[in-house]
Amino acid sequence: MTHTDLRRIIALLAALCTGALLAAERVSIPAGEYRPLFASATAAKQQVAGFQLDRLPVSNQQFATFVSKAVRWQPERINPLFADEHYLQHWQKNATTVAAPRPEELQAPVTNVSWFAAKAYCQAQGGRLPTTAEWEYVASAGSVDPQADEKLILGWYSATTPAFMPAAGQRAANAFGVHDLHGLIWEWTQDFSASMTTGESRGDSALDNQFFCGSAAAGSADPSQYAAFMRYALRSSLQGRYTVANLGFRCAYSPSSLNAIETTP
Amino acid sequence: MRRTLPHALLALPMLWSAFAAAELPVENAVLTEAPQVPAPITRTNNAKVVVKLETKEVVKRMADGVDYTFWTFGGNVPGSFIRIKEGDEVEFHLSNHPSSKMPHNIDLHAVTGPGGGAASSFTAPGHSSQFSFKALNPGLYVYHCATAPVGMHIANGMYGLILVEPRAGLPKVDKEFYVMQGDFYTKGAYGEAGLQPFDMEKAIKEQPDYVVFNGSVGALTGDKAITANVGETVRLFVGNGGPNLISSFHVIGEIFDRVFIEGGTATNSNVETELLAAGSAAIVDFKLEVPGTFIMVDHSIFRAFNKGALGMLKVSGPEDKEIYSGKQSDTVYLPEGGAVQTLSEPVKKVTAKNLNEQIAMGQRVFDQNCAACHQPNGEGIPAAFPPLAKSDFLLKDKLRAVGIVLNGRQGAIEVNGKTFVGAMPAIKLDDESTANVVNYILNSWGNKGGSVTVEDVAKVRATSKPAAEAH
Repeated sequence: MTHTDLRRIIALLAALCTGALLAAERVSIPAGEYRPLFASATAAKQQVAGFQLDRLPVSNQQFATFVSKAVRWQPERINPLFADEHYLQHWQKNATTVAAPRPEELQAPVTNVSWFAAKAYCQAQGGRLPTTAEWEYVASAGSVDPQADEKLILGWYSATTPAFMPAAGQRAANAFGVHDLHGLIWEWTQDFSASMTTGESRGDSALDNQFFCGSAAAGSADPSQYAAFMRYALRSSLQGRYTVANLGFRCAYSPSSLNAIETTP
Repeated sequence: MRRTLPHALLALPMLWSAFAAAELPVENAVLTEAPQVPAPITRTNNAKVVVKLETKEVVKRMADGVDYTFWTFGGNVPGSFIRIKEGDEVEFHLSNHPSSKMPHNIDLHAVTGPGGGAASSFTAPGHSSQFSFKALNPGLYVYHCATAPVGMHIANGMYGLILVEPRAGLPKVDKEFYVMQGDFYTKGAYGEAGLQPFDMEKAIKEQPDYVVFNGSVGALTGDKAITANVGETVRLFVGNGGPNLISSFHVIGEIFDRVFIEGGTATNSNVETELLAAGSAAIVDFKLEVPGTFIMVDHSIFRAFNKGALGMLKVSGPEDKEIYSGKQSDTVYLPEGGAVQTLSEPVKKVTAKNLNEQIAMGQRVFDQNCAACHQPNGEGIPAAFPPLAKSDFLLKDKLRAVGIVLNGRQGAIEVNGKTFVGAMPAIKLDDESTANVVNYILNSWGNKGGSVTVEDVAKVRATSKPAAEAH
């Protein structure tokens, strides 16, 4: 066995181990508070209870494993009420086999999934989708380098969608130890349709409702949080059956449901 | 009064409008990319016009060597030109390409209704929305994306024009073009190469790096200039997408004979510069009496020469010396103190170590001192400024070229078989900058003219003196 072979095998083993570990890993998020985008700087911060969150977004491979058992979520069988025509369209299909992810995208986050499908996946793991508050709370934690964070976030928003989605987990985790909340995909939240802008985003600031944040930056916590405005805009353009080429998800686990899965072998 | 009216009469208008709506012929809107405009509408009746517009996020050229991720209506900046008639009913389909990262919508200033259609057309990536409106008011209107954050969607290029022709049509002209200004904000400074990301901070401060017509530097110059002939009347549908700047739209050497002010019904005559608010448009008509290249600028003039807001209308046809004579004489004017132009020297002195560095530094000297006349591509301006690219006059004697830079030149010369009569001022440069710029000229645009040294320049300077003699 040559030196190169040996190195390759070690690398492969390392990748497998990390993959397996990462796949199983959930990060405990301590309870905390954060100021939502739509609140004014003087408004009280919102409390978020402690919960657990997937370290990485759900991968194509994980989702393929899920649909191999939960066949009603396979692209060939999905009820059109629960997903639009683009559902898992980046998976490979041919006449005889069931659609499957491309080998080079196995570790990439699954996209083109509807909210219904994402919700079903998380339920099958004993979890649920994170709430928007939870997601934004975790995502608001930066890494060690705030400037690099901003560059990454704004850079991603201004880049076009790549032909192949890169694998998750390649960038440093944020302060909570969670990867890829920014710079890779959009993510579904449980209540994506509750905290939203309207399609006429400029009128939102006049609406008598704190949930309608809009682009009119007046009154928002930080007028420079354009990236956050974009997330709210994207969420508000969605319906539960919609699927988008760069929209995926990860699962959250509240203590009760976590206990439930721990007692079930 | 109302009680005495027969019921049948009351119902008549309703019946009629229902009948009319049902009877409207359906047609698909012809959409064009700038600078083209759809042909004038010849039908006299109203129609139900189906407009299908796609939002798409694309990487395209902003300037030479500079790319940008534009968000577009129809794949280009500005967005496709839409032309309908007053009273038309428009069935609008907005499709957001599946590869889009952002949701998009459209606010057409021609729409009477909340948001100008924005809420009704709010569309996730990979989806389509439909809404309808009736074109009540004639005029030229801006449309743009109004999805949060609105400023960023507009700053990335999401705007265009929709013309609602008045019932009687617009006065007939010979040629129509579509020109739209926009300001862009990039991380890098103007001209900094590579794919440049959007800079939110500069956008908020309203300090653009680029101010351009039709989406990029040079979109309307050189080969892409718009063209017309002497005797023709030209109409420009001019818009300003912003997001921030107000445009002072001016065509150098022309006077707008008729302007539909702010794109509305009122007209003005004999206008030099038309002010375009951010998010507004105007229709300017002018007859072409003489040939030549007419430069379109934002007359906030640093935008034109330093940020890209420059376009060209090339007019061909016979001269009319009574209207414009061209240059009738050119003599050297020697005021007290000499005719030598003083140009600021670079603050920090960096010396080129080899010919390649000399050429690179020489390009900067050229851009600052020579390009205005000889043009950045070295091709000069026919009948005015001689070409340097593949110039037989230049390449025949490189030390003579050094002398001309040092001392200027006046009188007729023949370059590539064409005679040029003019004067070039002496350019006050040190020996090194002179050597650099001459080496740039000798080795650019296909020239293979060898090189000169700083010592050559010093020698020429010592043996020649500012000359005003005729050729």
